[in-house]
Amino acid sequence: MTPLAIVFMIIAMLVIWGGLVVAITFLARHPLAPEDDDGGPAARGPSPSTR
Amino acid sequence: MAERTSAPAREQWTGQYGFILAAIGSAVGLGNIWRFPGVAYDNGGGAFLIPYLVALLTAGIPILLLDYSLGHRFRGSAPTVFRRLGRKYEPLGWFQVAISFVIATYYTVIIVWAIRYIGFSVDLAWGEDTSGFFFNEFLRYSGAGLSTDFVGGIFWPMLVLWVVTLLILALGVASGIERANKIFMPLLVILFAIMVVRALFLEGATDGLTAFFTPNWEALRDANVWIAAYSQIFFSLSIAFGIMLTYSSYLRRRSNVAPTGFVVAFANSSFELLAGIGVFATLGFMAAQQGIAIDDLENLTGVMLSFATFPQIVSMMPGGPIFGILFFTSLTLAGFTSLISILQVVSAAFQEKFGLSRVQASLYIGGFAAVISLGLYSSTSGLAILDTVDAYTNEVGVVLSAILTCVIVTVGARKLPELRAHLNTVSTGHIGRWWSVLVGLVVPLALLVMLVTSLVTLVEEPYEGYPVSFLLVAGWGLVGLMVVAAIVYTLIPWRRPVDDFTPDPIPALEEVGR
Repeated sequence: MTPLAIVFMIIAMLVIWGGLVVAITFLARHPLAPEDDDGGPAARGPSPSTR
Repeated sequence: MAERTSAPAREQWTGQYGFILAAIGSAVGLGNIWRFPGVAYDNGGGAFLIPYLVALLTAGIPILLLDYSLGHRFRGSAPTVFRRLGRKYEPLGWFQVAISFVIATYYTVIIVWAIRYIGFSVDLAWGEDTSGFFFNEFLRYSGAGLSTDFVGGIFWPMLVLWVVTLLILALGVASGIERANKIFMPLLVILFAIMVVRALFLEGATDGLTAFFTPNWEALRDANVWIAAYSQIFFSLSIAFGIMLTYSSYLRRRSNVAPTGFVVAFANSSFELLAGIGVFATLGFMAAQQGIAIDDLENLTGVMLSFATFPQIVSMMPGGPIFGILFFTSLTLAGFTSLISILQVVSAAFQEKFGLSRVQASLYIGGFAAVISLGLYSSTSGLAILDTVDAYTNEVGVVLSAILTCVIVTVGARKLPELRAHLNTVSTGHIGRWWSVLVGLVVPLALLVMLVTSLVTLVEEPYEGYPVSFLLVAGWGLVGLMVVAAIVYTLIPWRRPVDDFTPDPIPALEEVGR
């Protein structure tokens, strides 16, 4: 491979695969607060689809 | 008025992981494997990365989040969600259902081709002339038209595939769709990764990668390259025709929606990059074997790449049958997990509007789709119809649907601040005002350019040189039929209550929505 192609391959991998790693890491490190699982404001409303 | 039944409790994913896998399974489809590598190569190679990333960040992720927020806030299939935005918007929901219905009918036949080619790989049944084998012996292709001559080798496996698919849908979101994705997605990643690693050790692989990654900066000045980038992102993520909207409606009310969207979008692109590396390493091998440059290779995308070029390479390769089995199994799995997501759009809509159970929806609506699918695509004229229907449904239907979604949400129902506030209320992390600007202005404008470009091309020159009469039916006629279906299904009364719905209160709407 030419150096130019290698550089671009590495940039693409860093940005796209790196982006995936960053996205997964963010999701793992910023979970929803556990107490909100059942009782958060969004969860407390009536369930219209079951009315 | 028809008798109304009360709706059962909404189905749910078992958790975040199940939803993410299913959403990635939906996004990663045939286009990731057979479309991205060739499109990137044709549109600037390494330099394509720039328009591609711009398109991902300015259109792909924003529309994905729009789909997620619509489905999650208004908790329903596409017709339900758009009706809850305003009664007059229900037709857009049915238009999306029509698009999904149409795509599902032809997606199955491509998966069947891939399944048959797993078998052909074992003894390299395609012989020397792989293209001739595909068109003449396998498809018995008779050209554009409507043939009633069915190909048994396609019909029967297709019937089985339909039964299996509808069975999975009937099992429901958690026990059917989620479980299928939990098996097939890890398997896909493993098989495909093995294939890519094998490809990297082929003679000439590095020349293929050099061709793929060398930037051609001139390309960035070409508007068509930017359109190609937006198209690729757009069609690859399966956004704006109901899929992500339907899938997100099965998320628990308290779900980390926005960060999940970023994971799905980057996972989709990650798989595309992996496919680009695998496909071009393989093409480098082919060029080396034939003693020609990559530039001189033909048929680098789509059906021809998969069913003519790849079989040719498999035949040249030591251990080719194993490589062929890996490639076509990957294609099958990628296609199948997308197919079930496409059909769920249709099933969910009919369940909700007509008060059907999952089993009834699979049996009646799925059965109807299966009959049309088998009738049109297992015959000797299937390829021309597929090619035309695919082009018009995507380039006209999906793009139109996306533009209408943006316009309705932004200026029709004026729900953009509410949807952003919803995302910010249920998610960790913060979606800034940039999102509203992109969804409300940038994306619809970019898509409008894409739509006009496509329309001009489709009007000026008959698509693929097919007869105009054929295109009037299979292309324009189909788009017209989808519009008619959207209106007709809207006019039929709901069997289940749909309007007595109040979205969850957003305590922080004042602050976050501003």
